[in-house]
Amino acid sequence: MPKTIKIQDHILVPKHVLLTKEEAQALFSKYNITPSQMPMISAKDPAIKELNAEVGDVIKVLRNSQTEKDAVFFRIVKAD
Amino acid sequence: MEEQLFKDYEGKLTKKIIEEVKAEVKEQGLTKDQTKKVLEYLKEEYDTAKISPGEAIGILTAESFGEPGTQMTLNVFHFAGVAEVSVTQGLPRLIEILDARKEISTPSMEIYLKKGVSKDMAEVKRVAALIKETKLNEIATEFSIDLTKLQVEVQLNQHRLKDLKLKPDQVAEALNANMKGVKASVNGEKIIIKTKAEENELMETYKIKEKSKEVFIKGVKGITQVLPVKNNEEYVIITAGSNLKDVIEIEEVDETRTTTNSLFEVLKVFGVEAARQNIIREAQRVIEDQGLDVDIRHIMFIADAMTTSGTIKGITRSGITGEKKSVLARASFETPLKHLINASIIGEEDDLNSVIENVMLNQPVPLGTGLPELVTRGKKETAKEGKK
Repeated sequence: MPKTIKIQDHILVPKHVLLTKEEAQALFSKYNITPSQMPMISAKDPAIKELNAEVGDVIKVLRNSQTEKDAVFFRIVKAD
Repeated sequence: MEEQLFKDYEGKLTKKIIEEVKAEVKEQGLTKDQTKKVLEYLKEEYDTAKISPGEAIGILTAESFGEPGTQMTLNVFHFAGVAEVSVTQGLPRLIEILDARKEISTPSMEIYLKKGVSKDMAEVKRVAALIKETKLNEIATEFSIDLTKLQVEVQLNQHRLKDLKLKPDQVAEALNANMKGVKASVNGEKIIIKTKAEENELMETYKIKEKSKEVFIKGVKGITQVLPVKNNEEYVIITAGSNLKDVIEIEEVDETRTTTNSLFEVLKVFGVEAARQNIIREAQRVIEDQGLDVDIRHIMFIADAMTTSGTIKGITRSGITGEKKSVLARASFETPLKHLINASIIGEEDDLNSVIENVMLNQPVPLGTGLPELVTRGKKETAKEGKK
């Protein structure tokens, strides 16, 4: 029987959250940036497979960093 | 009441600092006024510690890595403990990480096992044997050629077979599956390998004999050595060779803690964010093993820069340095002529927006006080003062 592997449970994988279109828009205006200026994440990235993210969506990453608990980072989904 | 006080400082201080203060306040039994004083002082310190706009953090990071780099060992191999698994360390390993090499010189994994198995030495050994890549010559005692029948005869090592819980017919099956153009069959304790071709020459048989030694029989491909090591009450399997994808599929393996030092394998299996985390982990390990100290923020900054594109890009001319917009900046790194010639052919423009190209042209660099530009409103039109 093949084992079911949950990528989200791995110690190296931080929590990924999909932002709604409104939240993403609010983010762009808050930092006064355009989507093209954002760090990217591939649409085929294993960590966002279950979020059903489309190209152009924004993913919020809650990193468990050594300098800050739940450090927030954003990545935009790009076509592969 | 106190909770409200801490809430006021959210956003002004990091969550981690606030939590530490909370714990300390409880222990010391501080009053509300005293707590406020502490928080106010911390906020002041925190604000002064922040990097100011226009600070050249890239150069700071480069220096912070460069200086300890000179003190690192150039000795490539080190044998981890009593174990015979060797790992690349020091400067060569750091270069490997920062260049984001696809083929690293000593891939290695740390395989954690599920709670039920991890403390039982016998079970751990069994799983380790299951993971290790076994080739035919490891379970055979003798390879010989029968000249009259023109076939290869392989004498199997019965003890090894027992250890690996293998049966001769399973070995023959693996040979048939993984070797082309031959037919393997069991004859008592021997395995007979014959070519399928009509014409059969001695030379061909000899080739089969040599080839068959390296045929993959069982285990996980790429894992050449396994070594159970005790680590805080439980056993961890350290390996030479890495194959994250196949190893985490094994039933007894704890897939949530198993890691590899190969950056690209982590990227493929767990994604960019995990790959970033792995870059930090690996770089920090190298630096700590050498008894040096580089602030984690520098390492995090490099890891961020390497992973912004969604995959890992090394600090090489084919990686992030090659993506710089300015021709002069690219030319200053490696292979200058190539970049300059190509840029001239296609008529590239350089906006002189960054540091190195302005240094070359003897102009003020856009850093620190050189960053802001003066904008004045003229009498009739809004004029923007050009660069000096």
